[in-house]
Amino acid sequence: MERYYQPEIECASRETILAWQNERLCKQVKNVWDNVPYYRRKMEEKGLTPDDIRGVEDLHKLPFVTKDDLREAYPYGLVARPLRDCVRIQSTSGTTGKRVVAFYTQHDLDLWEDCCARAIVAAGGTHEDVCQVSYGYGLFTGGPGLNGGSHKVGCLTIPTSSGNTERQIMFIRDLNATILCCTPSYAAYLGETMKEMGLSPDEIPLKAGIFGAEAWSEEMRRSIQETLGIKAYDIYGLTELSGPGVAFECSEQSGMHINEDHFIAEIIDPQTGEVLPEGSQGELVFTSITKEAFPLLRYRTRDICVLSRKSCSCGRTHVKMSKPRGRSDDMLIIKGVNVFPSQIETVLLAQGYQANYQMIVDRVNNTDTLEVQVEMTPENFSDNLAQITQMEKSLVAALKAMLGIYAKVRLVAPKSIARSEGKAVRVIDKRKI
Amino acid sequence: MTIHQISVFLENRAGQLAEITGVLAQKGIDLRAINIAETSDYGVLRLIADNPQAAATTLLEQGFILSMTPVVAVSVPDQPGGLAKVLDVLAKENIDVEYMYSVFGQVNGLAHMVFRVADTDKLISVLKDNGLEPISSENLGIR
Ligand SMILES: [Zn+2]
Repeated sequence: MERYYQPEIECASRETILAWQNERLCKQVKNVWDNVPYYRRKMEEKGLTPDDIRGVEDLHKLPFVTKDDLREAYPYGLVARPLRDCVRIQSTSGTTGKRVVAFYTQHDLDLWEDCCARAIVAAGGTHEDVCQVSYGYGLFTGGPGLNGGSHKVGCLTIPTSSGNTERQIMFIRDLNATILCCTPSYAAYLGETMKEMGLSPDEIPLKAGIFGAEAWSEEMRRSIQETLGIKAYDIYGLTELSGPGVAFECSEQSGMHINEDHFIAEIIDPQTGEVLPEGSQGELVFTSITKEAFPLLRYRTRDICVLSRKSCSCGRTHVKMSKPRGRSDDMLIIKGVNVFPSQIETVLLAQGYQANYQMIVDRVNNTDTLEVQVEMTPENFSDNLAQITQMEKSLVAALKAMLGIYAKVRLVAPKSIARSEGKAVRVIDKRKI
Repeated sequence: MTIHQISVFLENRAGQLAEITGVLAQKGIDLRAINIAETSDYGVLRLIADNPQAAATTLLEQGFILSMTPVVAVSVPDQPGGLAKVLDVLAKENIDVEYMYSVFGQVNGLAHMVFRVADTDKLISVLKDNGLEPISSENLGIR
């Protein structure tokens, strides 16, 4: 039996959802026009007033908001409420330039936690469960979001935060954690470590995992499910929009339901900005229609994916997004070819390697080069050098088939690539012209 | 009659070999033979230790990837043509040698070679049939 956290919303008819969206969008546009000079200026530049937006069908008229816009507006430029009404900030782990800071009213936090609760219930969570949140707490949204969702569902919540693998495993075993929330790479690492400790999946009390904040492949899902003996569910979100829980997987494990009562999703051509028909692959764009403190209109996520309104066996009616093929921030253009780190992961797992790798992109004599560093595994090791060389060759061939370009493979010692307790550094791009 | 060889994955990184011999020396483990096969990027270190179990445990604790490989040691007269004689026998009997290397120093005035083949049982019986005695672990001072 499929369970829902808010069945009347999650299984509402398409007409009802559209009616909510129309009403909330108009209200939101009016709100930002009145309260955020930045939006008003952008709309005026396009000759728009709130009266021009009468519903979802007019959404395409509005200008986009990009991550650069958010950085420019740092810190208060996009805040739509007086700071006395705001109760929290969260911030992205920006690697370059200014951070992005998002603001929340108490109501915003409440709705965000509802979204996370929907994800936990969709993964089979009830108040009988013990939910270990091993996402980082603090400015990162992973920990606080799932923590709040877990409370709403009524799970006994273990706020371990990230890191200290030994202690993570101790709590999972001693307190019989049944649900694990963390990044997929950390879940894989926990699984690997427990396997090394000689624990079989039967000896691990976990039954489900909610893993997000990173791109991960179906192969990685299979291997995590196998080592931990769980069902692994994907969850999607961006700090800019609230955090995890913008979309989440259901029992079908084939795409994530977007919480359309809070977010309107569009797919656009990343080059032209044109809205693409349903089923097309393109860049995901979100409009947050219920956010009070930090509303975003047509925010370009840089994530490349596909939307589907095909009916889902779980009974939920909200549109599903495919697993992103990778953030287009992650998308590399190497020798003129689009390369996503997730493609490399797929090949590695298929060839019996761990998904722990690093891509080194460089430019030598005006030609792009790609090196993939892969950790040797006990299964793939042999005392016979020729056998290792043969396996390396077959990995090179498989990468070539997947990517369309040559990648040099470099086998490295186990655990020599820095492990991710937060987000993994998969790409080192040395090309600076 | 087989001897336990420890095969270790080597990353192409300066100081890795020193690191391995260092941790083994710290545990009082003595090496009887050592051999490296490598490409420009990585390699395989093969070693024979006086205490293979302790050596393997020590290296696993250090996070190295390794495997235990059965090999056969044979005494070879330390004189011109000594090794050729052994190899002739193996060639005649169609035994493919994957690799071979020598043991440090001499035991009872004899040099020793380590052979890695696919079928160690066959190698042992061929050696015996041809009057070449495989050396036991004990005779090489291996526990
Ligand atoms: Zn569903």
